[in-house]
Amino acid sequence: MAKLRVATTSLAGCFGCHMSLLDIDERFLQLIELVEFNRSPLTDIKHCDPCDIGLIEGGVCNAENVHVLREFRKNCKVLVALGACAVNGGLPAQRNHLDLHTILEEVYHTAPGLAAGSQIPDDPELPLLLNKVHPIHEVVKIDYFLPGCPPSGDAIWKFLTDLIAGRTPHLGHQLMHYD
Amino acid sequence: MSDDSQTGTFLLDDEEIPFTRGQTVIQAARAAGKYIPHLCWHPDFKAHGSCKLCTIKANGRLGAACTLEAQDGMAVENRTPELDDKRRTLLQLLFVEGNHFCPSCEKSGNCVLQATAYDLGMMTPHFDMFYPDRPVDASHPDMLLDFNRCILCELCVQASRDVDGKNVFALSGRGIQSHLIVNAESRRLADTDFSATDRAASICPVGVILKKRVGFAIPIGERTYDAAPISQVDIAKENT
Repeated sequence: MAKLRVATTSLAGCFGCHMSLLDIDERFLQLIELVEFNRSPLTDIKHCDPCDIGLIEGGVCNAENVHVLREFRKNCKVLVALGACAVNGGLPAQRNHLDLHTILEEVYHTAPGLAAGSQIPDDPELPLLLNKVHPIHEVVKIDYFLPGCPPSGDAIWKFLTDLIAGRTPHLGHQLMHYD
Repeated sequence: MSDDSQTGTFLLDDEEIPFTRGQTVIQAARAAGKYIPHLCWHPDFKAHGSCKLCTIKANGRLGAACTLEAQDGMAVENRTPELDDKRRTLLQLLFVEGNHFCPSCEKSGNCVLQATAYDLGMMTPHFDMFYPDRPVDASHPDMLLDFNRCILCELCVQASRDVDGKNVFALSGRGIQSHLIVNAESRRLADTDFSATDRAASICPVGVILKKRVGFAIPIGERTYDAAPISQVDIAKENT
């Protein structure tokens, strides 16, 4: 059987879910017998080829996140929300009840201890922030959700092995966590 | 059951459950060691009937197990895929209407909402998030109120009114505007006679009413619903 092609990315996340993926430890050797990694921080491939599975860590907080998410949706047969931030916005979404300009002003302009002349970064290469952080299912269709902050290595392993074997992923009580 | 008989039986998911006259379906089921998912119902308080998580099908009709009196010969469906699917949807609505960020909540692992969502296999909130703006009230020296997590179960309202005799809490507003308020002119908990020893201080099923300085006295991983799902823990509590 040809290996399944997997892409991964971290949007408005902390890479904790990717670290947790590495927490499957020596099972990674079994995993790479079954899958090959395409676009991913693990391979440094910058754009998706057509893939079987896309793992998305993090919600969307800026315009680039939206573009990346849409590229993944376009190229992946199965798209997975990996971790709390992708599932419900998570910690970054806790800025959602604050006004974006007020936050930027405070962080880059009025906070004590800033260098003289500090201002809100406006380099055109910086992606524009969205007014609110959103979970990814508000932007594209998501096929599976794996909650957890992060989901444990065991949870990711169970999820992926179920999915690769063609079973509906099922975590059970011990692996099911929102925290 | 004849008119003067005080006991009877009904079928819950095809299992015979005994009851005494006046018991609701959820009371009889619990006494028999059967879990019916619920949020706003508490065995020590009058049924509120608002969360609808305990919705069952009795003789083919939907009803709340916490308010429906058990009847002899009644056939009740409980943990069917159809009903659990409806319950999951109710949970998803609650999760998107508030700000339920489990990773940063000290109630995680002890939370009835979270544990019920685990038990029902809720993998996603599914709907668009509301992200409401609900400031916390940290004015009280011993207690914190984080309104972001309120599910409007009214257990604190009942406990404060009926057990503590203080009337510290109430619900205000209607529909999606419904919210928990504090009964003081300033709306601050510090300006009430609320105390950490009140029944209302320990009744909250979610992370709204929290005692300060003990949030992580029991570490994550060793909490109420960590070892076993709420469907087992809830019944075990009944039997101790």
